[in-house]
Amino acid sequence: MEESNTTVNVIVPPKKNAFKEWASDQKAFKGVPWGKAMMWIFLVSDTFVFSIFLISYMTVRFSTKAEWPNPSEVFGLHVGHYNVPLLLIAIMTFILITSSGTMALAVKYGYEKNRKMCGWLMLATAIFGASFVGMQAFEWTKLIMEGVRPWENPFGAPQFGAIFFMITGFHGTHVTIGVIFLFIMTRKTFRGDFDTGRRGYFTSQKSHYEAIEIMGLYWHFVDLVWVFIFAFFYLW
Amino acid sequence: MAEGTQQHPLKIYFYVWILLFVLSAFSYWVDWYGFQGFTRWGLILLFMMLKAGFICAIFMHMWWERLAIIYAILVPCFAILVFVFIMWHESYWTLIVRRIYFLVTGN
Repeated sequence: MEESNTTVNVIVPPKKNAFKEWASDQKAFKGVPWGKAMMWIFLVSDTFVFSIFLISYMTVRFSTKAEWPNPSEVFGLHVGHYNVPLLLIAIMTFILITSSGTMALAVKYGYEKNRKMCGWLMLATAIFGASFVGMQAFEWTKLIMEGVRPWENPFGAPQFGAIFFMITGFHGTHVTIGVIFLFIMTRKTFRGDFDTGRRGYFTSQKSHYEAIEIMGLYWHFVDLVWVFIFAFFYLW
Repeated sequence: MAEGTQQHPLKIYFYVWILLFVLSAFSYWVDWYGFQGFTRWGLILLFMMLKAGFICAIFMHMWWERLAIIYAILVPCFAILVFVFIMWHESYWTLIVRRIYFLVTGN
């Protein structure tokens, strides 16, 4: 594989004329494939869903009389004789960032129609994502064993459990769906669907490497949401 | 951008990748070190916004999109800030009412 990165021309569309493009008789998103535009619109709507969860968390936390449990202690792990705060959460954060990096590279190699690199990086992303879900399952099990329920917990404000299960559960569902689709796309990549333009099973549309980029958008969004959950729920 | 027209140097992905690791380590360190109050919240928010910004701009390629689609994605998100502002006040009001109620009922 050749390293020709120094000669790559990065095309940056002009940052102007947004309102002209929105005006009548114009195509709003020039040069943007419909699949990608749809994914962005879905992600905006998903942003609203997660925002509402986080806002309800804020409302509940500010309005409760009881002491909010200290996440540093609740999510701490015992390593030998030490109690390391937020250890598992930190590892999960790093794993998700790693998977985001491999996904970004997969998209890059997808652009270059480098089938093998793209496929392996997609596979790596899927495996990192699956291990994230595994750790989340471990975390849930640990907390449930300690007596955390959506209506009560031994650490403090009873609302803590409801918020924890709702937010991390919804995020975990997103990761799980992402992992499933990553495996499907990995298979499609290795089979060469994007090179031969093989028609999709459900859509009967021709396959394109664009699909990798759209998958990437979703996966990075999952990482993006985790950034906010990590900051507001685990660190605050 | 249409397929095949967009190519980026590998370097930028690695830079952002490393940067995300470093910023995550920093935000973890905020908790580890035990900062409290405004220092803590300020640092958490700063690292969060930087991470989110880099993921959006570079990994999600927003930096290389047309302005029309950038606006279409980012402008609706300001509604969220308005909602945060409203619920922030609402929650303090709830807290006051609760305090008064429990004071009167002797809890």
